[in-house]
Amino acid sequence: MRREIPMIVAFVAGVTIILEFFVPALRDVASQIQKWYLVVIAFAILVGAFNLLRINYMKIRYRRADWPYSFALIAGLFAMAIIGIGWGIKEGTVFDWLFNYLIFPMSSTVFALLAFFVASAAYRAFRARTVDATLLLVAAVVVMLGQVPIGSAWVPAWWPDSLVFLTPDWLKDRIMNIFNTAGQRAILIGASLGVVSTSLRILLGIERSYLGEE
Amino acid sequence: MDGLTLLGTWIAALLTLCILSFLYKDNPFYKFAEYLFVGVSAGFWIAYNYHNLLLPNLIDPLKGAFVVLLLEGRLDFRWLTIIAGLLGVTMLFRFFPKAAWVSRYGIAFSVGLGAGLMFIVYLQANCIYQIWGTVKLSPVVITEGPGGQHFDWPTSVSNTLLIVGVVSALVYFYFSKEHKGVLGSTARLGIWFLMVSFGAAFGYTVMARISLLIGRMEFLIDGWLRPAVIAPIQGALASLGLL
Repeated sequence: MRREIPMIVAFVAGVTIILEFFVPALRDVASQIQKWYLVVIAFAILVGAFNLLRINYMKIRYRRADWPYSFALIAGLFAMAIIGIGWGIKEGTVFDWLFNYLIFPMSSTVFALLAFFVASAAYRAFRARTVDATLLLVAAVVVMLGQVPIGSAWVPAWWPDSLVFLTPDWLKDRIMNIFNTAGQRAILIGASLGVVSTSLRILLGIERSYLGEE
Repeated sequence: MDGLTLLGTWIAALLTLCILSFLYKDNPFYKFAEYLFVGVSAGFWIAYNYHNLLLPNLIDPLKGAFVVLLLEGRLDFRWLTIIAGLLGVTMLFRFFPKAAWVSRYGIAFSVGLGAGLMFIVYLQANCIYQIWGTVKLSPVVITEGPGGQHFDWPTSVSNTLLIVGVVSALVYFYFSKEHKGVLGSTARLGIWFLMVSFGAAFGYTVMARISLLIGRMEFLIDGWLRPAVIAPIQGALASLGLL
């Protein structure tokens, strides 16, 4: 029963949401259940935070590699959580100040750092050795050139309209609107069929990996 | 620049430099910033979820129901919210190995409901709407102009390429039959469309990252170096009569 009842819970919750789409009378019930979902999700995030704390506490306790940095992690987590819960998260609060001067600069720098790694990975991977790799390379270069003013800066004012298809701007628009749309659409359709079938497997109890081991 | 902004600018600049130092190699400054970033991000989400998820969906309704019980002596429907709280609390049992099975209730509820939501959302928005967006395209587009009807070849070519691209890329994802003959050629065409699509996505991602990098450099020069480092030094030198 430790597995059967949770499976029934999953079935009832999922089927109620699906039925609500076809039976408007179930709207209030589904809306209430979705609010419960948000509460459970909030607790799931708490589980993640507790786990992070536990791992770093163990790291400090057993003096594992890089343990002194775990103090920064724990202090940051507690400071942000306590200040946010205790004094609010609205604009102008200490929480907002911490977000603006700690989280925002760090997150944007971490993502900016990826520019270097993406560039070096591209240098290694983008060798035009096959038709596929050449297409990928050409599309990437055209889109990059089309995105920046310098990409079209070389096009002189007297450039004839009949040759507009040779400009990065024009090519980028066609790549994005036709080729990219076609590829993304096919991926979306394929992925959505995968999601739908996995959802059905979960609701019907065929997929049970989320319940863990016996 | 007031004191708090100046302090914040210095902290932001030093943390930015700590993270950028990884470009040289992994070092203690980077590690400190990395750990701090993970910690404050986790703390941010705890506080954010408390105010945006727990407070309006659990704590406030229960508070309201409790007030009604105290003042009017009747049970409100909002007491049902306690079920959500209990389901959430079951998740915390994951930390107790002997009672970890209790967490299955919360997990099953969220997974089941998530599956139900995804079933509808993906089927409608990503599957049906995308198919509809493709099949409604006409490969031959005739438009009305000043001189009467004429064949709109740019739109017709775009539509044809789009239809061919979607169908061929979908054929590539069809693995129930070996990709040979017509199926193989169509799948090959599909791969080319997908490659162009991946290239475009890659180009966009690179440009987004580079624009972030430019933003950080602008902050370091215009947001920190000039107002918080050079300007105070110039002010101090000027007050000493050296400038």
